[in-house]
Amino acid sequence: MALLEVDDLHVSFDTPDGLVQAVRGLTFSVERGKTLAIVGESGSGKSVSTQTITKLTRGARVSGRAIFEGEDLLTASPDHLRRVRGAKIGMIFQDPLSSLHPYYRVGWQIVEMIRAHDHSTSRRTARKRAAELLGLVGIPRPAERLDDYPHQFSGGMRQRVMIAMAMALNPVLLIADEPTTALDVTVQAQVLGVMRDLQEDFGTAIILITHDLGVVAEMSDDVVVMYAGTAMEQASRRDIFYRHHHPYTEGLLRSLPAHGGGKGRLIPIAGSPPSLINLPSGCPFAPRCPYAWDKCFRETPPLDEVFDEPGHRSACWLPHDWEGRQACEPRTETIDREETA
Amino acid sequence: MSDVPPVGVGAGVDSATPSQGPAGGPGAETSTGIEGRSPWVLAWQRLRHDRVAMISLVVICLIGLVAIIAPLFASVTGHPPNQQYRGPGALSPEGLPAHPSSAFWLGTDDLGRDILVRIAYGSRISLLVGVVATGMTVAIGVVVGLAAGYLGGIVDTVLARLVDVVLSVPFLLVAVALVSITGASLTITILVIGFFSWASVARIVRGQVLSLREREFVEAARSLGASDRRIMFVDVLPNVLAPVIVYATLLIPVVIVVQATLSFLGLGLPPPTADWGGMISESVQYYTVAWWFVFFPGAALLITTLAFNLFGDGVRDAFDPRTDRLIGQK
Amino acid sequence: MSEAMDLPLGDPGGETTHAGTEVLMAARDVRKLFPVAREGLFGQRDYVHAVDGVSLDVRRGETLGLVGETGCGKSTLARCLSRLYELTEGTIEFDGQDITNLSRRRLRPVRREVQMIFQDPYGSLNPRRRVGSIIGDPFVIHGIDSRQDRKRQVQSLMERVGLNPEHYNRFPADFSGGQRQRIGVARALALHPKLVICDEPVSALDVSIQAQILNLLSDLQDDFGLTYVFISHDLSVVRHVSDRVAVMYLGKIMEISASEDLFTTTRHPYTRALLSALPTPDPDEADSRERIVLVGDVPSPVHPPSGCRFHPRCPKARSHCVEAVPPLEQVFDDLPSHRTACFYPLAIGEDLSQSVPQLGAGESEIVSSDGAEES
Repeated sequence: MALLEVDDLHVSFDTPDGLVQAVRGLTFSVERGKTLAIVGESGSGKSVSTQTITKLTRGARVSGRAIFEGEDLLTASPDHLRRVRGAKIGMIFQDPLSSLHPYYRVGWQIVEMIRAHDHSTSRRTARKRAAELLGLVGIPRPAERLDDYPHQFSGGMRQRVMIAMAMALNPVLLIADEPTTALDVTVQAQVLGVMRDLQEDFGTAIILITHDLGVVAEMSDDVVVMYAGTAMEQASRRDIFYRHHHPYTEGLLRSLPAHGGGKGRLIPIAGSPPSLINLPSGCPFAPRCPYAWDKCFRETPPLDEVFDEPGHRSACWLPHDWEGRQACEPRTETIDREETA
Repeated sequence: MSDVPPVGVGAGVDSATPSQGPAGGPGAETSTGIEGRSPWVLAWQRLRHDRVAMISLVVICLIGLVAIIAPLFASVTGHPPNQQYRGPGALSPEGLPAHPSSAFWLGTDDLGRDILVRIAYGSRISLLVGVVATGMTVAIGVVVGLAAGYLGGIVDTVLARLVDVVLSVPFLLVAVALVSITGASLTITILVIGFFSWASVARIVRGQVLSLREREFVEAARSLGASDRRIMFVDVLPNVLAPVIVYATLLIPVVIVVQATLSFLGLGLPPPTADWGGMISESVQYYTVAWWFVFFPGAALLITTLAFNLFGDGVRDAFDPRTDRLIGQK
Repeated sequence: MSEAMDLPLGDPGGETTHAGTEVLMAARDVRKLFPVAREGLFGQRDYVHAVDGVSLDVRRGETLGLVGETGCGKSTLARCLSRLYELTEGTIEFDGQDITNLSRRRLRPVRREVQMIFQDPYGSLNPRRRVGSIIGDPFVIHGIDSRQDRKRQVQSLMERVGLNPEHYNRFPADFSGGQRQRIGVARALALHPKLVICDEPVSALDVSIQAQILNLLSDLQDDFGLTYVFISHDLSVVRHVSDRVAVMYLGKIMEISASEDLFTTTRHPYTRALLSALPTPDPDEADSRERIVLVGDVPSPVHPPSGCRFHPRCPKARSHCVEAVPPLEQVFDDLPSHRTACFYPLAIGEDLSQSVPQLGAGESEIVSSDGAEES
């Protein structure tokens, strides 16, 4: 059984302009010790979905299930949830400054975190463990740096501190929400390396939320591609990159500049993502899809298995067999025009 | 089989795809019109859905109407505002203010004048001082704040110190001193209030301008070769107006109360001019025997300031971009 | 000492030997320091060395990419080139004219020729003005065309950048990020400039939209014969758009070369490290390639390291690198247009991950992993 199974998750927010359907029927699962990448553009609902699982969204209407080690987190008591968060599920975010308290020393924050979940740990032991953790994430002179404040660390080092805190209680699942988006590439490489090493050493499962397909290719085992609050395609990493089914996945990959250099025109996706208020019926990607035909605008495609590959699923009406899919050709109209209406 | 996609052909869908609003953004689904809705219109639309603010606005309008038609009160009741009445109905046999009655709807004051008519006339003073002094305050504050914030350097240093000085002068003491030298008048009241209020507006505007100055759209204007004056008035000013309008709406009731306070202290308008603060001041000796004498002017003052305050709150919420952010979030 | 002394003025690194290339803008030894708050009342005044001695040429019709990490000074350099910032030192020539010290008035004609596109599609448009009037700004500011004409001009510009001209009266808030960036592009192109400085024009956009804007910029370059200075932290984007690329680190150019040359014949250890750190959107390549993980962060530009700015993080650093500033010059048998600021440049095929710095221990070390992590 998977470590975390999210089933038909719906999240919406009331706003003065109407009901925003941030997540619409998302289903995915995370295996122990593996990395699941959730990839999508801004507004795709990728962050909201994991925030909801750990009940960090306020004022949202939520339905669905999120079974973590046999218990539904969405209906769990606040007490149970507190025990799970931190101890079983560690979290890191894009901006470490927002989750580290600016007025407390880093060491103190880690010690408190450890002791909050296990009162029997002595301060001395917890402090030793904190230093160990800082060393583990590659912070030089960890014992000395325990007494520093968050602002005394650079961006990359701060993200390492966050990882150390998230890993303090050996969680089985680490949720990393755009952990390297704010970092420079050379520092990003360091942080990703730390995450990879920790996973190897401790067998932690990781949910990696990112918009960067490069990071997905480097880090993930499985991938969920999200668009307009729902999964468009789910597959193993290699299938997503080499044997994708969904036109959105295809569009994302094609719009990247070729890695080997090479000039010429890029192939963007036409238009822009839809508003999540009053979404029209049918496939949410249809208005931008170069393959779409009438049916796509009428009926929403289910997330079905494709290419006879277990675990490879796509929410698209295009043929589900490899040959049939290959035979489909996209229209190549003036897709440079972003304007609609 | 109709479920098979037409390969390489788009039936019925091409560049004329169904209209879609912009990603996020307020009113994403309704702004398909050609004409965009300005931030002002959006704020007004939000305000219109605020019940409390709209009721307050109606109350404010009613008070304004009362001020305009004050002479009508006088002619309907047949009591000019400063006319002192004697005899039964107007003054009690002991010479005390008379109860509300069919002749004097809200009773009379210690000199036998009609309180209703005087309240109606008093609203003219309150609104006039409130609006004019606030307008003056805002005008000075915006100009000073804009200059200090945008020009910076020595201009900023001098103006910022000036603001500090004005804000540290004890307002009431100076007001008392000034009025005792020049004598009380409407102009002096407005000038005194205006002079002591602009500094906080200037501070707000300066802060806003300092942050706006660093925004990329100002940089863009500079890279286009726009003059300082153009940047100040075309790019910066419209963006500081929202907080200024909010502040001004909330400043009006404060000014009204200050004016009433000055009158109460005898620094207001010379008698027999009807004004709320003065009326309350005159009533203090009589409140044990004539509750109406203090109650009605007090109520008028309270309702007016409350209406402005509630309306100001609504305006602030309407301009608050919080709602935009809610929708724009990931 | 300044390494500009190593460059004969007027012929920096022999660039003019490149036949048929005309220099549109030339920056010589540009420095830009920003004062930072004094520590204590009598403390010494510190400066951020944002740009610290940069010389480069922008040639007519080319796209020059400027790439580097946070704090490398690329955006500051852009604002120096467009004269949004006053230079602390150095000169900038545009179209043969020295514009370094031009007064505001004399600068106005230059402003028509040199335009900027900004990073933040939300911040670079005044939220309280209609799009038509934003795009029309350049016409108004420079007093060109009547009101009637202006609207027609603006609408044709909107059409050209892929916006619906009927949306003339809308506000920026009514548009998505990509559309807003198109508005910024239209404004920059209104007066048909010669040079457009693009400061991270696609960094805030999602990939699918990013490709739209990159295509648009490339089309416009062809149509209007534009010259671009294209600033980005994203190597793959810079590689895609640029004819030549300059790699910056802590206010200095580390390596400059024709784009393909830079990526195939990488000479500077920093360039190599940047390339290696860039995640590849290709699982096979990601699994097999060598990773050079630099230790530490970019040092503060307030007190930049002595000698070669990169030496504390460089796997090949020797004591010489601490003492002297390497000049930006041709190394090995590179083309004259390929210049590198390094005493120990990489030979072709050299494995940087095997290098060990010959400095004091602990200062810098290299962590290498071959990234065979797939389970």
